[in-house]
Amino acid sequence: MDAGILLYVLSLLTVGGIYAIFALGLNVQWGFAGLFNVGIAGFAAIGAYTYALLTTAGSSYHLGGFGLPLPLGMAAGMVTSAFVAGIIGIVCIRLRSDYLAIATIGIAEIIKLIFKNETEITNGPRGINRIPRFWEHFSEERFYSSWPLSWFGTPESWEGFFDHLPNWWWQPFFAGTVLIVMLVIYVMLERARTSPWGRMMTAIRENEPAARASGKNVTARRIEAFVIGAAIMGLAGALFAQHLRLIEPTNTFDPSKVTFLVWVMLILGGSGNNRGAMLGAFLIWTIWSASELLITGVIDVLIYTFDGVDMGPLRTRAGFLRMMLIGLLLQVILQKFPRGILPEVRPASPKGIKTKSAG
Amino acid sequence: MWDSFGFEFINFYFIPGLVLGCIYSLGAIGITLTFGILRFANFAHGETMMTGAYLTWTFMTLCSVTFGFTIHPIIAAVPAAFLVMLIFLVTDRYFYRPFRKSDTIKVVMASFGMMLIIRSGVQMIWGPNQLTFVPGIAKPNPVLKDWSSSIDLLLLIPNKHLFIFAGTILSVIALSYLLNRTRTGKAMRAVSDSPELAHVTGIDVDHVIRATWIVGGACAMAAGLFLAMDVQMLSTTMGFRMLLPMFAAAILGGIGKPFGAVFGGLVIGLAEELSAYPWIGDSPLLSPGYKTGVAFAIMVVMLIIRPQGLFKGRAF
Repeated sequence: MDAGILLYVLSLLTVGGIYAIFALGLNVQWGFAGLFNVGIAGFAAIGAYTYALLTTAGSSYHLGGFGLPLPLGMAAGMVTSAFVAGIIGIVCIRLRSDYLAIATIGIAEIIKLIFKNETEITNGPRGINRIPRFWEHFSEERFYSSWPLSWFGTPESWEGFFDHLPNWWWQPFFAGTVLIVMLVIYVMLERARTSPWGRMMTAIRENEPAARASGKNVTARRIEAFVIGAAIMGLAGALFAQHLRLIEPTNTFDPSKVTFLVWVMLILGGSGNNRGAMLGAFLIWTIWSASELLITGVIDVLIYTFDGVDMGPLRTRAGFLRMMLIGLLLQVILQKFPRGILPEVRPASPKGIKTKSAG
Repeated sequence: MWDSFGFEFINFYFIPGLVLGCIYSLGAIGITLTFGILRFANFAHGETMMTGAYLTWTFMTLCSVTFGFTIHPIIAAVPAAFLVMLIFLVTDRYFYRPFRKSDTIKVVMASFGMMLIIRSGVQMIWGPNQLTFVPGIAKPNPVLKDWSSSIDLLLLIPNKHLFIFAGTILSVIALSYLLNRTRTGKAMRAVSDSPELAHVTGIDVDHVIRATWIVGGACAMAAGLFLAMDVQMLSTTMGFRMLLPMFAAAILGGIGKPFGAVFGGLVIGLAEELSAYPWIGDSPLLSPGYKTGVAFAIMVVMLIIRPQGLFKGRAF
């Protein structure tokens, strides 16, 4: 197979997988607990920045560059995001849906504002670059000359080894890592969903007074769901930072490209259904990225046909057409297929008695 | 009597704050009316404001290109206002009305989607780059400047700001006439207070909803026009930047209370500008980069301690 196509598929899987993790995180908040969070970009930014600051090599542009091991950076991204979500949750969780939406979108903007303005820490609008990407980072000198690679060979031998590999050698490994992380989260969330905790979540979402009356601590459970979802989003943010290698506060975490796409993914796939969340993510991301190729192709044909016509403006504006079509897709799904491709299946009770699915 | 301290405070903090407050007020009127009458937070409101400003620019440019003379933005805003109202009515018909009987959250989601659709539509038609709305540097009004310096209270207010003040006052007077004196306005207030009761008394709710979009559209157009006149530039993100402060203003004033929204808008606008004033020492109290955060902080505090707002709007 042509390496170009293979790499394209791998990049689809990588980014699709990262979006799938976002969608799984959102599914905990919206699908399980019914919390309308439109601040995904904010949690993604927290995860990404925490990861970036902790793992990059020392730099004079931003705080640290602490050069910590990558898994530690990812874990820290999760913890920070969860911590922030905990504070937000304690303050805002009792707000009604629209108010929670306004509050979360506001918080996301504030988080971005902080990353933009605290230039001492984050290098402001210029962003952080050279973020180490999993697997690829081994071919950087500071990694192959230190533990654990230094156990297996001298820096010189590693240098020679990496020189012989094609420059995209890390891509299959990175895609695999993202997919494994996604699957682990999926398995954990499936267990959570079918556990008593998951059923309690559904009860709280569907009939709060009844859940409260049967002695459930509704507020605490909601904060729990919000925090877990945010931790998953933080992890996805850290992976997003690895994928991009350069993050800055405004365009990287543009709400329309992060928050909105993830919402469309979850609703298309089926909110409340973990498999649906992942399916939706891969589907929308494939449509999104294939339509870019398609539009570029159409413009190329147009340039070829109408020789000498300046297609520059058309090229820059075609991207907005995609966004608009995705927006229309959301409206169609909301009106015609509100339950998504894979509708939510109520977890069966432990004895295997099938209950009717949610209406 | 006008020491340099007061001069700086009034001209560089208070007046700009008031201007911003006027813009927020007009935008928040539309938000609070939709929130009160249709019972959902319309995320697409800021984008519609922005579209109005772009349409105004288009009519101005069209006029100067085809007829060869420039017209004042307010004249160009009249046809633009009709298009803004049309956008509101069409989005309501096709995207919000199907959800009128179902969960609020679906309409909110639909409006969230509309926000992106409208913005990307504008970006597609007018391109993503900034456009110049009115060229040139705004000079302070000379008459006001001479008169105020003669009584030792130097005021440097450009014409555009005087225009914004006058426009806002007129809009609010017109709105209060509409809401308090006309049949439609009274029906709107009735639906906002209690939709069931209004329905029972024979008020045509669909008519009221249409009226809400038209009034909200007119106010959104005015807000978009004044915003464009103030910053003299058009950018596709300006609607989204306005959205949060406008929500804050609507919540501060109490949902469903148009005059509360006006008051809330002024408070938020002033708070944003005054937060950068060097109250303590010589440096700004809050770095100007965090202005947007002020509106948000006020909103969150309000939601927690007094969700019904200052003027007893509806609380959920």
